[in-house]
Amino acid sequence: MTAHTKGTGLKWVGRAIRRLEDPALVTGRGHFTADLAAVHWVRFLRSPVAAGKIKSIVAPPDSLVITAADLRGVKKITPMLHKFNYRPVGQPILAETQVRFVGEPLAAVVAASEEQAEDIADLVEIAIDETAPLTDARAALAAGAPQIHDVAPGNLILEARHKTSGFDAVWQAAAKIVKLDTRSHRQNATPMEARAGHAAYDFATGRVTLTCTTQMPHLMRTAIADLIGMRESDLRVIAPDVGGGFGQKMSLCAEYVVLVWLARHLKSSVAWTEDRRENLIASFHSRDQTIALGGAFDKTAKLIALKADIVANIGAYSCFPTTAGMEPLMAMAELPGPYDVQHYECLARGVLTNTCTMAAYRGVSRPVITFSLERLMDKAAIAFAIDPVDIRRRNLIDKFPYKSAMGLEYDEASYKQTLEMAVKAIDVPAFRKRQKSAHVRGRHLGIGFATFSERTGYGSPAFAARGMEITPGWETVIVTVDPSGFVEARIGASPHGQGLRTTLAQIIADEIGVTPDLIKIVHGDTDASPYGWGTFASRSLVISGGASLVAARKVRAKLIKIASHLLEAAPDDIVLENGAARVAGTDRTVSIGKMARAAYMQPHLFKGEIEPGLTENGTYDPPGTFSNACHVAIVEVDVETGHVTLEKFLVAEDAGIIINPLIADGQVHGGVAQGIGNALLEEIIYDESGGILTANLADYMPPTAHEIPPIELHHMQTPSVNSITKAKGLGEGGAIGAPAAIVNAINDALTPFGVAIDEIPATPQRIRAALRAKGAA
Amino acid sequence: MNDKTAITLTINGHDHAIEVEPRRTLVDAIREDCGQTGTHIGCEHGICGACTVIADGEPVRSCLMFAVQAAGKKIRTVEGLADGDKLHPMQQAFMDHHGLQCGFCTPGFLMLAVGALEREPDISDDDLIDVLSSNLCRCTGYQNIIKAVRAAAEVMRGK
Repeated sequence: MTAHTKGTGLKWVGRAIRRLEDPALVTGRGHFTADLAAVHWVRFLRSPVAAGKIKSIVAPPDSLVITAADLRGVKKITPMLHKFNYRPVGQPILAETQVRFVGEPLAAVVAASEEQAEDIADLVEIAIDETAPLTDARAALAAGAPQIHDVAPGNLILEARHKTSGFDAVWQAAAKIVKLDTRSHRQNATPMEARAGHAAYDFATGRVTLTCTTQMPHLMRTAIADLIGMRESDLRVIAPDVGGGFGQKMSLCAEYVVLVWLARHLKSSVAWTEDRRENLIASFHSRDQTIALGGAFDKTAKLIALKADIVANIGAYSCFPTTAGMEPLMAMAELPGPYDVQHYECLARGVLTNTCTMAAYRGVSRPVITFSLERLMDKAAIAFAIDPVDIRRRNLIDKFPYKSAMGLEYDEASYKQTLEMAVKAIDVPAFRKRQKSAHVRGRHLGIGFATFSERTGYGSPAFAARGMEITPGWETVIVTVDPSGFVEARIGASPHGQGLRTTLAQIIADEIGVTPDLIKIVHGDTDASPYGWGTFASRSLVISGGASLVAARKVRAKLIKIASHLLEAAPDDIVLENGAARVAGTDRTVSIGKMARAAYMQPHLFKGEIEPGLTENGTYDPPGTFSNACHVAIVEVDVETGHVTLEKFLVAEDAGIIINPLIADGQVHGGVAQGIGNALLEEIIYDESGGILTANLADYMPPTAHEIPPIELHHMQTPSVNSITKAKGLGEGGAIGAPAAIVNAINDALTPFGVAIDEIPATPQRIRAALRAKGAA
Repeated sequence: MNDKTAITLTINGHDHAIEVEPRRTLVDAIREDCGQTGTHIGCEHGICGACTVIADGEPVRSCLMFAVQAAGKKIRTVEGLADGDKLHPMQQAFMDHHGLQCGFCTPGFLMLAVGALEREPDISDDDLIDVLSSNLCRCTGYQNIIKAVRAAAEVMRGK
């Protein structure tokens, strides 16, 4: 860092400074969980079948193999939702009598090395009475389907309904009804670092330290202590450098419970590193939904009523802490998206199947509902013979605050402005000309738009509205200036690539007049940071950033008091800048180091007017704020092979005030790339027996540099009144709009053939099948 | 299969005399037997490239090579890229252009890009994208990795 604030009034917030995280990571000096050595290594034996009754698990002689029988007294993972007929399904830490999906942990083999544990695992004999599995949600809902959990009749884990008053009359009065069925296939977040855990017992204290790849260290501590029945103070959870999470590392893993139990049982250290196959079959999945969507439009193509039937295949168990309600309930709450529609009827169901449990993945449900709604708008545009841009212009919300049909209050955003910004930047008329001339030459280009709203910075009330027992909405930050004048901020958020060590330092730096490189952000250690909820759901910069600002303002107020004593000046005359306090209009200064030293070492100087020391807490629990964007894709479809080439991708986004443009752009790039993978390439495929056909990275295909075109970014910054830093969240947005824009573009390219692609991923096979079904090409 | 073989791995100019089972992969040997944990394991089936190291001047997947096959080769890992406190231009460029987020794939990308550019300093843009598509990154969308590698290529050519 070479630039410094020199009392120029220049702020750190808004500047594209390099990340403070990077020097360790580019030199190979980061600390990842799998880098730790252990005395014992664990290999999990996983169910090879999707459904059945366990007959026996026989371990070879002289081996240590832990099964459910050993874990008697350890409770099941049973997250709770107090609404929507939620059925509290429990997940045993290791399967007890039934297995419910391929990959479910059955036993833990413990040995002196990973290799030995794998060798022994090969020798364990497992006998299971296999029964016919249910992998499809519709099949699981069918009358007479086998029941996966006794507590959930009909395999329904929850059912939510919403209908605004007067809905039927409005629906019937419509000029046009447009309907479609969309399908989002199952996907896996695929962080480059799969899961890993390391639990170590300490004889001196009787405590266990669990180091693991989690996004939520504090809640892991609470949850694991609860399940095992130990004091929470006897467990320390560390999230060291975490190699990406994208939501997958937010939920509680049964495997970590086993590790902590083993560390206590063996009074030793125990480690497990997940392999990629385990990650793809048995870490969490997501996005598996079908949505039947109908839109009622008046004669001006204004959407007047929306009807949705949402079915989410939530897998075999309910994820902790958000529960299986996460995908279907978020779909119901946020489906109306950026459009002004006050009449809404929705049925949202979560269905249990013999598949891997679904949990969070970047965007949670919004990539799916945005895809459905944006397909609907494009279909409606065709029905009204108007331009896809035009139908969005007619329907986007432009008055704020806006109350949605579900009662959500949208703060000010720029739905129409970002659409116009994108339309101008992409030059639609020029594209249409090019599209026509390409078509004459037998080439099929298409353009697709997606406009969306993205609720970010969910505070506690937003989670409470869903009926969640645990409402992970607030954050605390403790800012300390130490006696040498260096600043440390201990946070409950748990960044793993988002650059919070830099952005939070920028926020704090502006308040107390020091450079960000003098501020150390401490996170990811329950012994060192205040209780908090970690990093997920585009929340950290809004909520932890807000708490940082609250705490830093208190430190600022105290520094000003101290300075006014030491400089014998009125508090109003003190300015904090350049690492010191100065009496405005003079050259009388005192450094932050001297002020801090006095606060700790000479509190008598302040005659009881300030407390000794220099530490302040800030807590923030916002109401939530809505980011927004317009995504545009230009594609070429090879109708002979079904291959889609993404020629260009453009984003016009608004996430409020941007703290660090370099980091913000990186978040959007990464989100869009995942959205491109989700749109075209990535699919977890189950066969009829419930086995997974996509268990390696050659079959489950995250995009490479080849598949990602240059991404053009345009920004607006509408300050949020619901966020004290005026920033909105933006971690997920890239992933939310991309699938819709890309599939709309594919459909635009295929207009001459009269086919509709309403599934993601839009693979070459699906495109070819659609073309063949029409007898075209 | 469980009998160990004595080999010497030369990593970043230092010799490591170790004993490994014949089945031990190079990446496990680098990380566990030689204590160099900067090289990461992402898939163990040669797709993601997180474990890329340079062996005798060529970027290789260290999860697809056995440690015994690497005996006698000059192996370079991310820990050996910087010259003391002075970062390699590729490391500097990744920082300058925000070419990393979580940092897990970064050592593999650095070694891939350095290895490719040392062999072909004037690599064309298309060929560079080809090379970089050997490895997976889930955070950056590759935009800033490409920018960083292009910038580092300029600096490396100027040397």
